[in-house]
Amino acid sequence: MKTLTYAQAVCEALDEEMAKDDKVVLLGEDVAFLGGNFKTSVGLYEKYGDLRVKDTPISEAGFTGLAIGMALTGLRPVVELMFSDFLLVAADQVINQAAKIRYMSGGQANVPMVIRTPIGAGRSSAAQHSQSMQAMVSHFPGLKVVVPSNAAEVKGLLKTAIRDNDPVIFFEHKMEYNKKFEIPDIVEPIPFGKARIAREGKDITIVATSSLVMKSEEAAEKLEKEGISVEVIDLRTIVPFDKETVINSVKKTGKLVIADESYERCGVAAEIAAEIFDEVFYYLDAPIGRVSTPNVPLPFSPALEFPIIPSVDRIYNKIKELI
Amino acid sequence: MKVKEYSKKQLTEFYETMYRMRRFEEEVFEFYKQGLMPGLAHLYMGEEAIATGVCAALKNDDYIGSTHRGHGHLVARGADIKRMMAEILGKKDGYSKGKGGSMHIMALDKGILGANGIVGAEIPIATGAAFSIKYRGTDQVAISFFGEAASNQGTFHESLNMASAWKLPVVYIIENNLYGISVDIRDVANVVDIADRASAYGIPGVVVNGMDVTEVYETAKKAIDRAREGEGPTLIECKTYRWQGHHVGDPATYRARKDVDEKEKWMKKCPVKCLKEAAAIYKKISKKEFDQIEAKIEEEIQEAVQFAKENPYPDVQESYTDVFE
Repeated sequence: MKTLTYAQAVCEALDEEMAKDDKVVLLGEDVAFLGGNFKTSVGLYEKYGDLRVKDTPISEAGFTGLAIGMALTGLRPVVELMFSDFLLVAADQVINQAAKIRYMSGGQANVPMVIRTPIGAGRSSAAQHSQSMQAMVSHFPGLKVVVPSNAAEVKGLLKTAIRDNDPVIFFEHKMEYNKKFEIPDIVEPIPFGKARIAREGKDITIVATSSLVMKSEEAAEKLEKEGISVEVIDLRTIVPFDKETVINSVKKTGKLVIADESYERCGVAAEIAAEIFDEVFYYLDAPIGRVSTPNVPLPFSPALEFPIIPSVDRIYNKIKELI
Repeated sequence: MKVKEYSKKQLTEFYETMYRMRRFEEEVFEFYKQGLMPGLAHLYMGEEAIATGVCAALKNDDYIGSTHRGHGHLVARGADIKRMMAEILGKKDGYSKGKGGSMHIMALDKGILGANGIVGAEIPIATGAAFSIKYRGTDQVAISFFGEAASNQGTFHESLNMASAWKLPVVYIIENNLYGISVDIRDVANVVDIADRASAYGIPGVVVNGMDVTEVYETAKKAIDRAREGEGPTLIECKTYRWQGHHVGDPATYRARKDVDEKEKWMKKCPVKCLKEAAAIYKKISKKEFDQIEAKIEEEIQEAVQFAKENPYPDVQESYTDVFE
């Protein structure tokens, strides 16, 4: 085992995949000389050079489209969008192009590209740099959507994303980048569509994405002291969705809370609840609980921002409400 | 038209390609009129000299980014017209198994990276193919075809900026047919020649008569050679006109607003007819030879029409495939 920050885990995954396959190219704003706005590509420019680690102009639609053209002609581009809010600037290329090319071409072509982009509130970055866009992209067929939790998961899932032959939107959590994690010396790629039971329990299930997996584990720790046994499921990927693991857990515990940082309305939590409802209806002993971002733009002031971010306390309270 | 300096072989190839495009689309228009075609198609008729001239200067492994008005680009690259026709009718053996239609025909084996339903969206994609060429160190080039209206999209600016900054092997071809559906480019842009915008990127910008296949070919050849040699992109604006409306069924009455004879004047410059006349004047191709060419192509076209009509529709299960690997 070794200790790494989450950002270093991203960087290691990129480095190992670039060393393994010379078709892997990284491009985005400030990825080269600066080593990434969140220090996720430190040293890669020096190691792999200007053509493989490319600083782009501030042209999100342009360089995302560029990556599609690269992917169609034999490369495996990894695009960094500095904030997931910027997905909206590149939306046509992501949604109307990358997501649909395999289908529109009747399977002739595929787009093996990864878009890495950070989500999450908590830095007083206000309404245009704090959003969690995983629900929006999950709506569109043709995109795989990854929401990794800790550093080891980030590393294993990013390796899979880079080797995948379809467009993958890989959401990193900006509040985790500087945190330290214990991770194995060698991390193998983690298959998509297979959720991880992060903690076993019998009284209630919590399905969580991204940093909320760690927050759920913390809440579960507190609840255990009160005699409540919580099962924490790390969803890993929203698309593909591991329905089976979630359903089996809910059948066992009879209660479910879903924690995801996208907005509550039409959010990931709403979708998971709807996806499994038919099969767990007769097993449920309580309504399904959601912990998401309320339906307001993210505010600037910490006094306003912190109370609405999905937190350990909000997860704890929601579980107490349903038990 | 400078046919005098051209070989019979080259002129025959130009004519065959343009005539094939023209006849192909006349049949597509017939499909529409007979109610055989689902949806719509954006016809390239009138603009044939552009795809023909540009593609004649390409090698087999070069790339093309195409548009919603893309039939001509495909025909010029030698795509299978039977599979094109079948796709346009939504049939099983179409290029995209009936999932794309006229607006999304892709022929990856011919370097066509896709026609595109979003105006201007293909410009960065073709530019990315050029980045890939530079990265892999091959001598290929990428061509990005788009209309004058696409040059007002942000993707035009973003792509030309990156391609010029990094000297990418790409040639941008503007097919300026004057109208974005009904909107006259002269009412929404403050330059007469869109090619002038090239100077903003420090690259050559050239205006050519898009109705003259030899002029298009010569200009494209220079730009393509320049790109192959690592000298970076060129912006070529081809002045042209579409015989039909924006899509089949659009009467395009808006075009008579400024000049009631506008369409008639342009049709006199028909690229197919003008090449035929010039080749006859210089005795490059005889009437008998033209008859033979046309008869041969007519046979291909009728074969494609029959193939498309008889080809079955895809199985309903096909809706659910090709989303992911």
